[in-house]
Parts: sequence; C-alpha cells; structure tokens
Amino acid sequence: MFKMNAEKDFHSEATTDAKKTPKRIAFIKERTAARVKKEDEEMVMTFPNLVLKEVIAFEMLVIVLAVISLAFDAPLEWIANPEHTPNPAKAPWYFLGLQELLHYFPPVVGGVILPALAVVALIVIPYFKINLKQEGLWKESRKQTLMVLLLSVGLVVVFLLAFKVYAMLIPTLFVTAFMLVPYFSKRQNGFTGWLGTRPLSWWVMTWFVTIVIVLTMIGTLFRGPEWSWTWPWEGVY
Amino acid sequence: MRTFFEQLFRSQVWRSVFRHGLPESNRTRAEAIFFNFFLHVHPTKVRKRSVRFNYTWGLGGLSFGLFIILTVTGALLMLYYRPSAPQAYWDMKDLQFVVSSGQFLRNMHRWAAHAMVAVVFLHMLRVFYTGSYRPPKEFNWVIGVVLLVATILLSYTGYLLPWDQLAFWGISVGTNMARAMPFGIGEKISFLLLGGNIVGENALVRFYVLHCFILPVAAMVLMGIHFWRVRKDGGV
Ligand code: HEM
Repeated sequence: MFKMNAEKDFHSEATTDAKKTPKRIAFIKERTAARVKKEDEEMVMTFPNLVLKEVIAFEMLVIVLAVISLAFDAPLEWIANPEHTPNPAKAPWYFLGLQELLHYFPPVVGGVILPALAVVALIVIPYFKINLKQEGLWKESRKQTLMVLLLSVGLVVVFLLAFKVYAMLIPTLFVTAFMLVPYFSKRQNGFTGWLGTRPLSWWVMTWFVTIVIVLTMIGTLFRGPEWSWTWPWEGVY
Repeated sequence: MRTFFEQLFRSQVWRSVFRHGLPESNRTRAEAIFFNFFLHVHPTKVRKRSVRFNYTWGLGGLSFGLFIILTVTGALLMLYYRPSAPQAYWDMKDLQFVVSSGQFLRNMHRWAAHAMVAVVFLHMLRVFYTGSYRPPKEFNWVIGVVLLVATILLSYTGYLLPWDQLAFWGISVGTNMARAMPFGIGEKISFLLLGGNIVGENALVRFYVLHCFILPVAAMVLMGIHFWRVRKDGGV
C-alpha cells in the first residue's frame, strides 16, 4: 500500500475496455521530472589525470620555446628613423591580412568596416539559431538552399570582382565548390559523406579562416616593394 | 630515503601547508584539488572526454601557459628597459650584448608573444569546431573574442618598444589604418594612442603603459572570468 497525502498528486482511472484505456499505471510524483535523464558521463579524478597533463604540457612548452630561443634571435634592426621609410613598410604578421585588404579596398572598407564586421560576426555567433544547428547544410529543402547559396555567393563574387580582389575570390570559389559536392553526389560515406554532414556555420567559419590564412600568407610571403607581388624565393620582405 | 619523505610528509610543518595526506585515495586526491588555492579552479572530478588531449589540444591551457611565460620574461625585461627614445633602443642593444642571457630573455619573450597570438586563434577554432560556444557557453565565447583582441593588442603594443625600424614602421602602418575611421574618429583615436600626430616619444610611453600595465591587468581579469565561467557553464 502507498501512503498518500491528503492531496493526491496523481490521477487514476480504471475500465474494462483495454482497447480504450490500456492498462498501465504510472505514478509520477510532483518532484520527479518526467524527462529522460541523460546517462552520466564517465568522470575521472582531476588529480592526477588532468593536473599531470597540465604540468607536462607546460614543461614541454617551456622546453620548446627555450630551444627555439636558443636557435633563433629576435630581430632588431637599425634605430627608428622617421626619415627613412622601408619599402615595403610592414606591420607584424597578424596584421598583414589586414594590410593586404588595404591594398584592394579604400581605407574605410579595408581598415575599418571589414575588420569590424569580422569581430562583430565572431562575437554574435552563439546568439543566432542558425549557428546552433547541427544538421548538414543539405539535410532539408535542397532546392531552396541551393538558390540562397548561389545568390549569396553571387553577391560576394560581384563585390570581390568590383574591387578585383582575386586573393579572396579564388578561396571563396574553392570553398563553394566543396559546399556543392554533397548536393550533386549522393554518396553517404567517405569524404563526400562527411562534407554532407557539415552545417552552414561550419562552412562559413571554414570560408572565413581560409580567407584569413590566404591573405596573411600573401601579405607575409608574397609582397615586396610598393606592395608588388614577389615570390618567396625572390626574397621575403 | 623513503622514510625520510614519509616523515616529511607527516610533519606538522608540511601538513600546515598541505592539509591533506598523500593523494593515495580518491578522498585525498579530491582534497589535493580543493585545498589548493591554485588547483581549485578545477573541479575535483572532470569528464573523461574533456581531458583527452585531442579534444581540446590543450590550446586554452597553452594560451595561459604562454601568458605566464610572457609575464615572467616581461618582468625581467622591464629591469633593463627604459621607455624613452632613443634610450629604449640602446637598452635593447645592452640586452643583446651586455646583459647575461639578455638575448635569450628577449628571444623567449618575442617568440612566446608571436606564439600566443597563433595559439589563442587556434583555441578559438577548437572551441568553434567542437561547437562549444553553444548555450550556456555563449557569453564565455564573447569573453574569448575580447581576449583574442586583447592578445593581439598586447602583442602589437609590445612591437613598438624596441624602438627600431621594424617597431617604428610597424606601428606607423597600424595607426594609419586606425586613421581611416570615418567622421574624424580615427584621427582622435590615433592621436589619443600616440599622444601626438606621429609615432614619437609620447607614443612610446603610452604603448609602454598599455603593454606593461593596462592590457595585462585587463587580460588577467578577463582570464579569471573566463576560467570561472568554464566551470559555471558545466565544464569543458
Ligand atoms: C588569452 C586567451 C585565452 C585563454 C588563456 C583561454 C583559456 C581557456 C581554457 C584554459 C579553457 C579550458 C578548455 C581548453 O583548454 O580548451 C577555455 C575554454 C573556452 N574558451 Fe578560452 N581562452 C582564451 C581565449 C579564447 C577565445 C579567443 C575564445 C573564443 C572566441 C575562447 C572561448 C572559450 C570557450 C567557449 C571555452 C569553453 C570550451 C568548452 O567548454 O569546451 N577562449 N579557454
């Protein structure tokens, strides 16, 4: 027998017609949430499992940096001289993608709008449902997806062509080509199948990172006097 | 030898520092974490998945490790550096040729700084590709982006300090970019940063203060919040 409170927190029903009312009794007490509990993930003790790894990783880091520092000296050129402009004048490597942008776009676009857009876009990623989706890009409404994709890429391509930014155009077309592979191929396994499972956010980020890497590489390795195209074997400026 | 250590670990002095015994049981292992000021950023137990190296690639931890190395080498460099032109440059030369291990110190600081920009960026990619920005971790992602910007600014303000051609023109190029901001905002910001219209001694002092005080303190506070939130959001 169950001991019940004055107020019943369940509802019971009995009939003889099993087709109408299947005989099933479930007691759901108020306190018990009726959701399925996720199976608990396997846990390990932080000490030593994690702490040891951290210590080893830090020691490796110090060793690798020390070896690099013994082998390569930090650069130090002549004393600063405002009269003597080096050609080309380059910012540190992580800004060379930006400097490359300035080569194509007017300063407001390349130096302000595009980088600001990139930072804002990064910040807002988690706040848009579309970035939380985990289904592959082509999972549903394929035709519509194709239209929207071609339209957006088309706009970007026109914009890039207008400013003759081939350094961004070519990677954009490359990434788009990969996006389209799962649309035309029905293969479910291998690389194609894997591409098919990639959500939209994955593609946008991968496109962004590809552009960042390409622009930074060009700015670092392929730009010489007057920001002209030079091959790395002709000298890295 | 063994008995010596056993005695040591049992002694009152040792125990006053480390209250728990040897971490031989799960209880003392847990105590090793939460009785320790530095380790108690961690929970006593963690998911097996998240300590796997090829899940995080250790990149967040390595970013922090690089920050520590930069703080230590940076403090030592400050002993030999005066932020005035042209003295700053001669101090660099002294580090190279006079101070013992000065060149090594500079190298460590320089390479760690470059590495940190790259490693923090890679950490961001790891977080993105594992989808770890999802709720409830949205805001920690935002803090992360601010940390990325802070890391780049730290590296960039340090770039001027040697006061060589690389430094001078690297900063000139960058502040010219800032000038492009519309409505005269760019001019204002660039003037504020440089303490003038060109990269000169005022700029050197301002970058020095930003690099050695304002930005590191800001980064430390942000990192503190970042780590705290990793736990509050349910761990990695
Ligand atoms: C100075 C820079 C940074 C430091 C020292 C740092 C440190 C860390 C550490 C130690 C973790 C624990 C897990 C791991 O090691 O991967 C972590 C997690 C995290 N970081 Fe960072 N981080 C930095 C920058 C960033 C950036 C740039 C982002 C993103 C834009 C970011 C977003 C996150 C998020 C969302 C988590 C939680 C990940 C998860 O739960 O799997 N952090 N960070």
